[in-house]
Amino acid sequence: MFDLDRWQEIMSALKKNKLRTFFTAFGVFWGVFMLVIMLGSGNGLRNGVTGDFGDFATNSVFMWTRPTSVPYKGLPRSRNYNFKNDDVEALRREIPEIEYLAPRTEGGGSQSGNNVIRGTKSGAFSVMGDYPEWNLIDPVVITTGRFLNHADIKEKRKVAVIGNKVYEVLFKQGEQAIGQYLQIQGIYFQVVGVFKPKNSGINFGGDKEQSIFIPLTTFQRVYNWGDVIGWFAFTSKPGTPASEVEEKAASLLKRRHSVSPDDPQAIGSFNMEKEYNKMKGLFQGINGLIWIVGIGTLMAGVIGISNIMLVIVKERTKEIGIQRAIGAKPWNIISQIITESVFLTTFAGYVGLVIGVGILEGVNYILTSSGSESDMFKNPSIDFNMALTALVILVISGAVAGLIPARKAVSIKPIDALRYE
Amino acid sequence: MIRLNGINKSYVTGANKLHVLKGIDLHIQAGEFVSIMGSSGSGKSTLLNILGILDEHDTGEYFLDNTLIRNQSETKAAGLRNKYIGFVFQSFNLISFKNAMENVALPLYYQNVGRKKRNRIAMEYLDRMGLTEWAEHMPNELSGGQKQRIAIARALISKPKVILADEPTGALDTTTSYEVMQILKEINKEGITIIIVTHENDISHMTNRIIHLKDGLIESEVLNGKDAMLS
Repeated sequence: MFDLDRWQEIMSALKKNKLRTFFTAFGVFWGVFMLVIMLGSGNGLRNGVTGDFGDFATNSVFMWTRPTSVPYKGLPRSRNYNFKNDDVEALRREIPEIEYLAPRTEGGGSQSGNNVIRGTKSGAFSVMGDYPEWNLIDPVVITTGRFLNHADIKEKRKVAVIGNKVYEVLFKQGEQAIGQYLQIQGIYFQVVGVFKPKNSGINFGGDKEQSIFIPLTTFQRVYNWGDVIGWFAFTSKPGTPASEVEEKAASLLKRRHSVSPDDPQAIGSFNMEKEYNKMKGLFQGINGLIWIVGIGTLMAGVIGISNIMLVIVKERTKEIGIQRAIGAKPWNIISQIITESVFLTTFAGYVGLVIGVGILEGVNYILTSSGSESDMFKNPSIDFNMALTALVILVISGAVAGLIPARKAVSIKPIDALRYE
Repeated sequence: MIRLNGINKSYVTGANKLHVLKGIDLHIQAGEFVSIMGSSGSGKSTLLNILGILDEHDTGEYFLDNTLIRNQSETKAAGLRNKYIGFVFQSFNLISFKNAMENVALPLYYQNVGRKKRNRIAMEYLDRMGLTEWAEHMPNELSGGQKQRIAIARALISKPKVILADEPTGALDTTTSYEVMQILKEINKEGITIIIVTHENDISHMTNRIIHLKDGLIESEVLNGKDAMLS
């Protein structure tokens, strides 16, 4: 409902002391502005950090062997041992909570000298013996060709999937890589795929872009690893905590390798889920803090509005008295003052919202257009629901801010209001 | 139109109790033109406020147009004021941010009359007061006499049965005072009851009946026959 008389009154009340109105509105403006900027920055931080994960399975666990620290079954301490191929079978058989299991071996790397040769070009790259399941735990984008498959494993094919940096070093730009042969640590492999990483923040044994994936079985045979496996990566089935699977796998592997169940060192493991949850908790904490601080700032602004409305009501006591003498009902007065308060709050808040979002968009534009998108800060923004929530909070708090002054305005008897000078 | 039986009113300020009206009995017929006189502190303004339902009496009965006025809710009181009573004040009490026409139209706003319609009616009343060309002016651009005429137009627009005027000429010079009284007289001729509070003898002598108040009681009532001569 648009009521010209009501707005005329609001405008006249607000215009009477423009500077005061401005400062009052500024309180709410600043509250909303800070809330938007902080929420946006918090989101930017989270987008930046979680963006590093890419599609990495956050429910994954990594497990490797370390020298034992407790003598057990007649075996001495400081004994070295290795995971074996039949551990893969045992894990699959005895721990049904495991969803994907990817055993891995690795060799080469930048320290090993130029281990990969193609014609006159050569480079130092990490060489990974992998199962196809690896691509479900730390997925990569296949730009051409394919990833490893189970037939490669079974037939121990000499095929390789290479990272984009490997391609850049060993091939000319635009050259067809699929079907070409590389000499990897003395053995020829045929390239079946080229990939680029989805996340560059997480690496195992060297930069992913400079890695070559070959079938694990082929790796073991051609490099004389026998049935030794470097380490395991596995994920838990949905609904099962990764730490539960981690415990079961560790105790199974200890049993299979005659390691004391009480040995705290013999199996090294890393639980991604735990780290991820820690980080998620951190961001939830930051978000919560932002809301508390933001709402606090907003509250200070709203209380300022309530205060000023009290002053306005006092200044206009006589005017309100006149209006009541000529027939204004208490509800007319109350709704007038609440409308005024809601208008002031919402208008100031809306300006804060618009300017806040504008600045976030500006920062976003500069970040993306200058290409300086860092790993820690990406796409700072607030979503539409948050903006809507903020507006609803504003309207409600504006009404609450107006309620006390409005009640005060009608609590005074009309005759006293008329006499008020 | 108005009947008062034993109206009492006292104000309590801290430990002091001030008995302002000590049993007023008064009967005012429809269409009368009455003035209430008395020295300051005699209770004349309090009486007018009670008549205007701006204040409540403690004991006694007040009938306005045969309706018993007692312990109204403020919402109902506002409705009664709007319907039955028009106020004219000494200090005019126009709303400063509304122009003359909007000030006149204000009572109709509280009756939820549409803006166009109430402004049209307001223009009719301004025309009656001879203020058509001042319709768009703000109160601070008008003279005292003009302001009071606007206030009278505002009091009339809701077609009240009673006009209550508290020292309507108190802030005006003699010539303007007589003009305003002339207007009130004309309104009275149309059948509207008018009650004014004044302490000026010449003003009260323009009314038909003078009620003298002293120390919260009606001291004397004079039926005035001289008004024809003065006007």
